[in-house]
Amino acid sequence: MGTTASQLGKDLLSEYQELTFLTKQEILLAHKRFTELLTKDERDGANSRLPMDRILTLPELKSNPFRERICHVFSTSPQKDGSLTFEDFLDLLSAFSDSATLEIKSHYAFRIFDFDDDGTLDGSDLEKLVNCLTGETDETRLSPEEMRQLISNILEESDIDKDGTVNLSEFQHVISRSPDFVSSFKIVL
Amino acid sequence: MSVSFTTGDEDEISTSEHERGKNRGKRNSNDKEKKKKGNGRRKASREREGEEDLQDRTEKREKGKKRRAKNDLDEKQPEEEDEEQVKVKNGKVAKSKKNLKNETTRKIEQEKKEEGDAEEGKSKKKKKKEEKDRGKQTEKEEEKKKKHKKETSEEDNEEEEEDEEEKEVRPESLSPEELEKLKEAVDEKKKLIQGLRGKPWPMKKKLVTLRESQEFVEKYEGALGKGKGRKLYAYKVMMTKKWMKFQRDFENFKTACIPWEMKIKEIESHFGSSVASYFIFLRWMYGINMILFGLTFGLVMVPEALMGRPYGSIPRKTVPRAEEGSAMDFAVLWDFGGYAQYSVLFYGYYNNQRSIGWLKFRMPLSYFLVGVGTVAYSYMVVIRTMARNANESGVGDDNSFNFSWKMFTSWDYLIGNPETADNKFASITTSFKEAILEEQESRKDDNIHLTRFLRVLANFLVLCCLAGSGYLIYFVVRRSQKFALDGLENHTWWERNEVNMVMSLLGMFCPMLFDVISALENYHPRVALQWQLGRIFALFLGNLYTFIIALMDEINLKREEEKVVKFNITMWEASLYNGTVSENSTASPITIHPADIPRGPCWETMVGQEFVRLIISDTMTTYITLLIGDFLRAVLVRFLNYCWCWDLEAGFPSYSEFDVSGNVLGLIFNQGMIWMGAFYAPCLPALNVLRLHVSMYLQCWAVMCCNVPQERVFKASGSNNFYMAMLLVILFLSTLPAIYTIVSIPPSFDCGPFSGKSRMFDVIQETLESDFPAWFSKVFIMVLFYIQTKIQIAFIQLAIYYLQSTSKSYKEANVELKKKLQTVTLSELHVVWILLLTFEINLCFEIRALVF
Repeated sequence: MGTTASQLGKDLLSEYQELTFLTKQEILLAHKRFTELLTKDERDGANSRLPMDRILTLPELKSNPFRERICHVFSTSPQKDGSLTFEDFLDLLSAFSDSATLEIKSHYAFRIFDFDDDGTLDGSDLEKLVNCLTGETDETRLSPEEMRQLISNILEESDIDKDGTVNLSEFQHVISRSPDFVSSFKIVL
Repeated sequence: MSVSFTTGDEDEISTSEHERGKNRGKRNSNDKEKKKKGNGRRKASREREGEEDLQDRTEKREKGKKRRAKNDLDEKQPEEEDEEQVKVKNGKVAKSKKNLKNETTRKIEQEKKEEGDAEEGKSKKKKKKEEKDRGKQTEKEEEKKKKHKKETSEEDNEEEEEDEEEKEVRPESLSPEELEKLKEAVDEKKKLIQGLRGKPWPMKKKLVTLRESQEFVEKYEGALGKGKGRKLYAYKVMMTKKWMKFQRDFENFKTACIPWEMKIKEIESHFGSSVASYFIFLRWMYGINMILFGLTFGLVMVPEALMGRPYGSIPRKTVPRAEEGSAMDFAVLWDFGGYAQYSVLFYGYYNNQRSIGWLKFRMPLSYFLVGVGTVAYSYMVVIRTMARNANESGVGDDNSFNFSWKMFTSWDYLIGNPETADNKFASITTSFKEAILEEQESRKDDNIHLTRFLRVLANFLVLCCLAGSGYLIYFVVRRSQKFALDGLENHTWWERNEVNMVMSLLGMFCPMLFDVISALENYHPRVALQWQLGRIFALFLGNLYTFIIALMDEINLKREEEKVVKFNITMWEASLYNGTVSENSTASPITIHPADIPRGPCWETMVGQEFVRLIISDTMTTYITLLIGDFLRAVLVRFLNYCWCWDLEAGFPSYSEFDVSGNVLGLIFNQGMIWMGAFYAPCLPALNVLRLHVSMYLQCWAVMCCNVPQERVFKASGSNNFYMAMLLVILFLSTLPAIYTIVSIPPSFDCGPFSGKSRMFDVIQETLESDFPAWFSKVFIMVLFYIQTKIQIAFIQLAIYYLQSTSKSYKEANVELKKKLQTVTLSELHVVWILLLTFEINLCFEIRALVF
């Protein structure tokens, strides 16, 4: 722990505390876990990127159906390969932390569910979402007819302006009424 | 925030095209101007930064224009739009950055051109002020409306450019209004810093903004305030900084102090949030019990043990002669008889000496106040937690987003175990399918009569079970009284422990029976779970109250006995006195060992013992069921599976699941017993802390090693407050009998801190009379009288508190969302208002009654 603390620097640490919903211990733990995933020579570089496939070996993300989306959303990589720097990683943990606000959680949830990154949830996004939720095996998949029914029901409920898609404000409207979104949209290291 | 930006932008784009044309023109000219200005005026060091900034913005604008042109041609280009969204945010940051730069430029310029200030004339100052005013206004408007973002920011830019043209004045020579402005700006920056973590930006951007804002704040904070005020201001600023740091450190310290975080996290990742919610509840309970334990231990047990009369000095502190032989036997101690009974663990040991030790510690008063404080503290904590939960979970009982919630919120991100994830996939799929089916055909009602009949039958069976168990407990308690009268030594172990064992066994097997019966009813699992919980609740409550009623009978018996003993004692004393007098006329003090003095039965200690025994046997059954039901089963299934004819792991016995609701109910009732018995057995909170501590480790271990993830993974959802509500009900129901005994039954004459008084609460009056001046006791009694008549008001106030906090959450939901809920809030507020009104009317009456 001592070594990681010195690596992070006191000022930076306090800035991270200011900017995230994480406590000092959590940031240090995150740093430790992050550096564990880096290879030897990557560790020396201050802002080294961790490729997505190595991030997904974290047990916290391993069985999450949205793991790749999560990486893509939080990645600031210019190549859009879902790789994360430590700061991106902190952003991820902050948004998924216990004390993050509903607003920020719902914002990121929307971006995670927005598979094609077009700013709205349309039919194909919702279809992909349902497929993620029902798992990869064929027996749990919904039939096309059920899928159509489900998506039309969802749009009927949450598409307030009736443009055929769910936009962010509609999404947040729906989410903010849900009793258990905040408690389940959590990832803790 | 940014959402509305985007939508607002889009609206603008789609609606007002000619306006945009205008803006474009404006922008072009602006850019040129800016470039000129930037190149012309700034000092070398500033120049580079400023230009970068400007170019940056220009680029953005150019892009924006192109984008808009495209958008005009065809419709929505997905990526572009996303970019735009980011850009809007960028724009915001850039703006704040720019603001800051303006300010900082000013500052530097200021320093360099100190001399020239004086002549700079007031006219410019005024002008600047006006413009600043305007800028502020537009900024505020923009914050409110957000739709006219583009135009206002344009204006802002213009004005800020103009601002730059002017030379700055030193903070000392600023007019108060300007200082005010500066202060506002600083405060705004501070607010920005505070709100930064809630912004969905990448870390880099946040870092840059934070650093710049902090720089700005630091630079200008010192400049604020004049003369004396300045020092004070600087001091204040420093103190707030220190305070913030302290708060953060304290927060860190607090999280570091929360025990079992890693254990719970591990469980969370294996079993999802519902199982973890039980352990979090357990930890919460542990915290409360720690405080109760601290109260009783620190203010009652330790003072009596250290400063009170030692063991063996008076009869109530001595084991009677008849029991001396067996007082150290393990069987007796296990039953909390013998030496355990005559120790600080129980009510009867405490002396009624008014003050003890060199501290003059008021023991009886302390005992009474701790008893009251325990209950009051518990009420406070439970209600506060409920209110907070209600605030957090918001208004969740709306059914209009059934499908969307299933879709968007059903994944539990905490799940980190592939097996649990598979279960979750399956359960989500079935829930989707069910919802679709339900939607398609509202309900089949071909065999509705059969279902109805079965449900009635099931309820009848359950009622029979409840009545049967109640009767069984009553019967057993009465029988045990008979045994007690005969003397416990003549009976077997089973006969001595019958009551507790029967209660524990009933608590273990009846829920299973209910589970079987509920299969008849064919409810939806969630509804079935609620029924099951309600039934178990009724069972536990029934059992507990039968137990208490039986105990009341016993108390009355003891009091009859006490009367006889009291009479006998006076006889005995008289005869003793007469005897000694007749033997030798020189009246020497009679010395009789305290163990030989006859004494009353002390019903309070008996009650305390009953509760302690109940807790012990309950704990034992819980642990043993855990070991047999979970561990042994898991071991058998695991190892017999190699040589068995069917697959034990997948087939019939399989591994057990963790029963969250049952365990939570067990915990709640256990706590109820603690609240009930703590007054008569101060050791109960300590015992409970021990129990919870062991439970934590044992159950964590059992869950991780022998349970499988639930087939239907329920989420913790709003059930937290459901548990809390049950806890509140139990708290109320368990304080009722305790209060009844304290208020209406006179304490035993020869044991406990209140012996010799007609009622336990007389201790308050006694303290008032002897420890406080007369006027104080008068006032206090008046207030007390007033409060006594106000107990119902206190409840109303609690209700008001709860309603208020819920209505606050309603209000928040309102502000954030649409006006759909407004009527509900209004009615809710109405209720609160009516309550307040009745309260006030009551108050008036009371005052009038007091006056006359």
